[in-house]
Amino acid sequence: MAEIIVVTSGKGGVGKTTSSASLACGLAKAGKKTAVIDFDVGLRNLDLIMGCERRVVYDFVNVVNGEASLKQALIKDKRFDNLHVLAASQTRDKDALTKEGVEKVLKDLADEGFDFIVCDSPAGIEKGAFLAMYFADRAVVVVNPEVSSVRDSDRILGLLASKTQKAEKGERVKEHLLLTRYSPKRVEAGDMLSIADVQEILGLEVVGVIPESPEVLQSSNAGVPVILDEVSPAGQAYTDAVARILGEDRPMRFTTVEKKGFFSKMFGG
Amino acid sequence: MGLFDFLTQRNKNTASTAKNRLQILIQQERSLRNAPDYLPVLQRELLEVIRKYINVDADAVKVDLHKDGDSELLDISVALPEKPATAANG
Repeated sequence: MAEIIVVTSGKGGVGKTTSSASLACGLAKAGKKTAVIDFDVGLRNLDLIMGCERRVVYDFVNVVNGEASLKQALIKDKRFDNLHVLAASQTRDKDALTKEGVEKVLKDLADEGFDFIVCDSPAGIEKGAFLAMYFADRAVVVVNPEVSSVRDSDRILGLLASKTQKAEKGERVKEHLLLTRYSPKRVEAGDMLSIADVQEILGLEVVGVIPESPEVLQSSNAGVPVILDEVSPAGQAYTDAVARILGEDRPMRFTTVEKKGFFSKMFGG
Repeated sequence: MGLFDFLTQRNKNTASTAKNRLQILIQQERSLRNAPDYLPVLQRELLEVIRKYINVDADAVKVDLHKDGDSELLDISVALPEKPATAANG
């Protein structure tokens, strides 16, 4: 049985695609056969973050329209044999995806033996975002510790509880918060909502806290998901989040201000 | 940075302001979200009926649906104008 995970947020620019790429890589690294699908029709970007932008021949809409087979459209990751990317269409109109079309692609992926299907949702609450979440078993709601992102996340949580297939059947999508761009220093200074604040406001536990770190931009520059940067705090925090999604119990890291020692104070560290 | 800047910065915990604002807003939005679709129509029609007899403001009628365990309570409140208004003609 394939598990479908939607990575969503409502608000744009909070790190959905970065998180989708890293979570998918992490799941593949953990030995799970994983597909990651870009639902942002018209604004394809997951290919760029995954570093496979030059290998896109067919896309999600081509498969839905029967212009290409799923096999033809799936881009095999160069780092992991068990990781595949399905790119969004760049040119078609937003109505190109239908509920039936999406359902068939997801079912075909499940039949191919995929363990996880990660759906990278577009921003907003329009059709693309709706289709990305509709068939989900699990949702990772990416949230920044900032007022508009928190508000939009609550909106998305409301939609997950009412507009998904699971909700229509009277079941629940398993929801997680993924707090990104977190700065312990600014939290300590009283300038930023803390983990506890966000959890209390949204009434949901975090599955991971990704610290604001320069490696995130460097990784997207290079087309290598940041989870593969094993020395960076952000990469390690994503690895922890994947482990938690897989049911492991891990303490949060990089959530408090590091006390600098004498030498790093003197020489920078 | 001035010598006494720390004095003014002490009072500037904007994160707690953000938290308070969000808690109020989200509570409000959640109550609207769970409300059935007919509530706005019901509210408008009630207002029309009441306005046949009393000149009330457009926002005088409030309709809320509260859930208390298994039971639901439809709470309708009508704010009457301060001075008794004359009934509208018609």
